[in-house]
Amino acid sequence: MKSDLLHLSKGLVAALEKNDEAGCDEILDQIADLRETHLFNEVGRLTRQLHDTMVSFSLDSKIAAIAEHDIPDAKERLHYVIAMTEQAANQTLTVVENLLPVSEQLGSQAATLSGKWGRFLDREMPFAEFKAMSHEISQHFEYSKHSLDNIHSGLNDILMAQGFQDITGQIIRRVIDLVQDLETSMVKVISISSRKPAPSEPSAVHNDLPGPVVPGIDDKDGDVAGSQVDVDDLLSSLGF
Amino acid sequence: MDKNMKILIVDDFSTMRRIVKNLLKDLGFTNTIEADDGRSALPILEKGGIDFLVTDWNMPGMTGIDLLKAVRSNPHLVNLPVLMVTAEAKREQIIMAAQAGVNGYVIKPFTAATLKEKIEKIFERIDR
Repeated sequence: MKSDLLHLSKGLVAALEKNDEAGCDEILDQIADLRETHLFNEVGRLTRQLHDTMVSFSLDSKIAAIAEHDIPDAKERLHYVIAMTEQAANQTLTVVENLLPVSEQLGSQAATLSGKWGRFLDREMPFAEFKAMSHEISQHFEYSKHSLDNIHSGLNDILMAQGFQDITGQIIRRVIDLVQDLETSMVKVISISSRKPAPSEPSAVHNDLPGPVVPGIDDKDGDVAGSQVDVDDLLSSLGF
Repeated sequence: MDKNMKILIVDDFSTMRRIVKNLLKDLGFTNTIEADDGRSALPILEKGGIDFLVTDWNMPGMTGIDLLKAVRSNPHLVNLPVLMVTAEAKREQIIMAAQAGVNGYVIKPFTAATLKEKIEKIFERIDR
């Protein structure tokens, strides 16, 4: 462009010096053409840019929707996962902390009694001590019965606390699906701005089931049974 | 209620199957087997000998509701008691399960007492 202009300008100066009016006009027209061509190219470039920007805007709105709604939603779901796992861990720890002293006590009682029992079998025990020992054995049986009941119910509580894994697993899977959607949109935006061909469509996992109810998110519309009592009421209204 | 009845537990999460299995054991039901979705449960049911089905809803392969529908459309299984234990709590889904012929519906997370109550209720009705 610059060299073309320089070449034409030199020609124009030469024509002017020669008083060549027709030559001058022709060169001026050529200069005007040159400028016009440049302008058209520039307008073309701007139009293309505008088009691409518009396309990426529509993608951006999808990303905006994800950023505005889905990510806060996912954050709340993940908070619920944290709350559930924390609750399960605390429940389990409480039971373990309550039962450890019980098992220790059972162990030490058994050790003391077995020592005494050994002495009795070796006939080294005076009668008065034997009487005391039989009383201790009775107490130990009583304590064992009571403690084993506690251990049994504690173990059941620990068992029930593990239910979090199923619920949180399902919630996390949903968040993973969202992250996958976001990733796909980002890849599209990047492919537009760098004008690389888009990668093949990843198969998104679509699940029509609403899944576990996350309190504060899924129960807003009132179409959800918040508790087993709600389920029972609904079923009994259906004749169950 | 026969404590020796054979119970099939269907859930894709092994932890949940373990929980249900242990709870049933605690209630005196020791004769249990497991399957991880409807697709693997159906052949077990078709073979016969299962007295009670406890199933989750949301499972890959074949869901619990499809399993329930398959059970009800099979003349040999049409009267098999089915308890659904699931995280699905939308009203329309509970209604869908009821219409498909479920005998009981327990939502997760649940308690040992709830499971016991629902099982007792199911067999109370059947024994009557």
